[in-house]
Amino acid sequence: MRLEKCWFCSSTVYPGHGIQFVRNDAKIFRFCRSKCHKNFKMKRNPRKVKWTKAYRRLHGKDMTQDSTFEFERKRNRPERYDRNVAENTLKAIKKIDKVRVDREARHHALRMKGKKAKEQREAAKELEQSIHMVKAPAVLQQEPSLTLPKIKVKVSQQQSEENHAMEE
Amino acid sequence: MVQYNFKKITVVPNGKEFIDIILSRTQRQTPTVVHKGYSISRLRQFYMRKVKYTQQNFHEKLSTIIEEFPRLDDIHPFYGDLLHVLYNKDHYKLALGQINTARNLISKIAKDYVKLLKYGDSLYRCKSLKVAALGRMCTVIKRIAPSLAYLEQVRQHLARLPSVDPNTRTILICGYPNVGKSSFINKITRADVDVQPYAFTTKSLFVGHTDYKYLRYQVIDTPGILDRPFEDRNIIEMCSITALAHLRAAVLFFLDISGSCGYSIAAQAALFHSIKSLFMNKPLIIVCNKTDLQPLEGISEEDMKLVMEMKAEAMKTVIGEGGDPLNDEGVLLTMSTLTEEGVVSVKNAACERLLDQRVELKMKSKKMNDCLNRFHVAVPKPRDQKERPPCIPQAVLEGMAKQQAAEKEKRKLERDLEEENGGAGVYSASLKKHYILNNDDWKEDIMPEILDGHNVYDFIDPDVLQRLEELEREEGLRAEEEDDDFEMDGKELTLEEQEALAEIRKKKSLLIQQHRIKKSTAESRPTVPRKFDKERKFTSERMGRQLSALGLDPTLAINRARSKSRGRKRERSLDRGGNDGDVVMDMDVDQPNKKLRARSRSLSRLRSMSRPPGEVVAGEGFKDSAQKVKALKLGKKSVKKRNKDARRGEADRVIPTLKPKHLFSGKRSIGKTGRR
Repeated sequence: MRLEKCWFCSSTVYPGHGIQFVRNDAKIFRFCRSKCHKNFKMKRNPRKVKWTKAYRRLHGKDMTQDSTFEFERKRNRPERYDRNVAENTLKAIKKIDKVRVDREARHHALRMKGKKAKEQREAAKELEQSIHMVKAPAVLQQEPSLTLPKIKVKVSQQQSEENHAMEE
Repeated sequence: MVQYNFKKITVVPNGKEFIDIILSRTQRQTPTVVHKGYSISRLRQFYMRKVKYTQQNFHEKLSTIIEEFPRLDDIHPFYGDLLHVLYNKDHYKLALGQINTARNLISKIAKDYVKLLKYGDSLYRCKSLKVAALGRMCTVIKRIAPSLAYLEQVRQHLARLPSVDPNTRTILICGYPNVGKSSFINKITRADVDVQPYAFTTKSLFVGHTDYKYLRYQVIDTPGILDRPFEDRNIIEMCSITALAHLRAAVLFFLDISGSCGYSIAAQAALFHSIKSLFMNKPLIIVCNKTDLQPLEGISEEDMKLVMEMKAEAMKTVIGEGGDPLNDEGVLLTMSTLTEEGVVSVKNAACERLLDQRVELKMKSKKMNDCLNRFHVAVPKPRDQKERPPCIPQAVLEGMAKQQAAEKEKRKLERDLEEENGGAGVYSASLKKHYILNNDDWKEDIMPEILDGHNVYDFIDPDVLQRLEELEREEGLRAEEEDDDFEMDGKELTLEEQEALAEIRKKKSLLIQQHRIKKSTAESRPTVPRKFDKERKFTSERMGRQLSALGLDPTLAINRARSKSRGRKRERSLDRGGNDGDVVMDMDVDQPNKKLRARSRSLSRLRSMSRPPGEVVAGEGFKDSAQKVKALKLGKKSVKKRNKDARRGEADRVIPTLKPKHLFSGKRSIGKTGRR
């Protein structure tokens, strides 16, 4: 029993799930669900489909090269059972996973670095440029703070101004 | 055996017929329709096919002829000579040779013309090539027409030849014409040969079959032979000569003692002596026939002497076959076919002699010896009473004994174990019993294959620990290196600023939405100038609201707008207050009612709330409000009952046809009709 990788989206295919397609040249394509299968039949290139791992790796969204990936390698020659080795391996798997997850998080953080600053800069700029949409420049000169003016509706000429809540 | 298939030779057609047959077959079996508009390759193919087909047919038919006619060298020399005698070997061979050459010529013609056809460039040219090819082939056949006719004759004659088996027991009857040979054969076999007083009644060989001692004998009747030099003999005589020459048979030489055949005994004796060379190694019996007319003892001295001479000759053959030389009974016999006296004894004697000879021959040949050997097993005679058993060395005996003992105590099989523990369904064999591991305790361990979405077998490595340590070290290093790279959030927006930003973004998105709506409905929406503004978007109030939202004081702007606007047509109803941008300065000045205000405010919203129920509007056609009220009441009454009964009314939705035909019938032009 083995967990396979979906050819299209690279997610794990558990036993009892998905479809396996064998082509005439004996290449096997495994799919985790019909979404991937249908995309494959449509001849879509996973490297161009945004939500697949192939795309994400290619475009640097996810971590590509790492020493944690080398631990997991398909070995074709079976090893003789050794209890100690088995124990160590099982423990190691957990630790390797943790390390890998940490590294991925770091990679993501690195990628997202500078986003906040950028956003803030953009916000400031927008505020500066478009403030005229909510507060007239004349008023802004008089009152430089950014409090928004309230709407006043005039019903008739001689009636006093009344303050109404924003209606619009 | 070829000789018996002379009857199975296929008919050789006449020259003309041959051509007709082949050409008509070509006409029928190949496609006939062709137009000059076809592609050139198709035209070529069409005509090539015809030429090839014709050639093939000719080839086939000529080949069958050549194969079916017997080859003179391959058949028994008796038949070979017979055929030569009858049909002339050379002529025969020539005819067949001509057929062969014709076949080759036709093949060549076809090949050449097919080659030419490959480059034919028009329908006409291809057609003429084909016509030329076929014409030439037919000419070839026409030229060999005489050979074909000859072969047909030969075939017909061959079919009528008697089927003589040259290897079986045969008795040959020969002698002068009219001596009684045919009558003899008629007597002993079921053959019915013509018997007539004139000479050469029998013109060819006839075969009859007779039995003796449960064996079948062929009896061959030959035409009479005259005493002539060899070269002068005619075909008929040659037949009998051939038979004499090639068949290993018992020869019965017939002698007419009475002389009623027209030839004296002397003449007959002379004949005998001239052909005695042919009697070499054949059991010869001299038969004196027609004894009813003239008994053997009654002939003259000279004749008797001649007869004795012949007998002496005949005796020689007896010696040759290893019989008793003193027994001269079977050599000279007398009989009379008319009275049937002695006929059977002649036959018996002949058969006996032949049988003896054949048995002798067989005994002498090597094959018999081999057969004889097989029937005899030589067993050595025991010399004395001593017993001599086979010798087996002691070591081998011991080994054998040990093996037997070992076999007695079998080792315990898995099967036995299974049976002990409850049988097939109950006990399941432990396959791990024979595992070879470093430590035997581990045999029953269960190894997981999957853990946390990984295949465990992919991670197994003897030096996993070491690598893991390295990894952790790396990780630790990296954690140290990573300085607190916190970003300065100094430029965080204040609450006010955030609100302002939110407001800006909201306004922007609203604009975008409106623009999108406008864009999408632009085609169907007419561009109406502002004065026909139904939705009352361009009111001074609205302007006032928007300006005040920006923080500006709208009063001046509104006043200006109002003063500048054109006077609208005054509405009849004075109840309506607060029209848009109206110069109705005197209207609602003194109406500070909330109701009016509410109404005026909500003008743009709900029209239905704008008037009281009984109020008469201009275009409705009511006299006064009382009339309108009554009308309304009447209307309500008319529907009251129906509504109480909860019956379907005019305003209720009605499906005119529950199952319209166009939706529930008919085939789809594409796809299945599984759902409707």
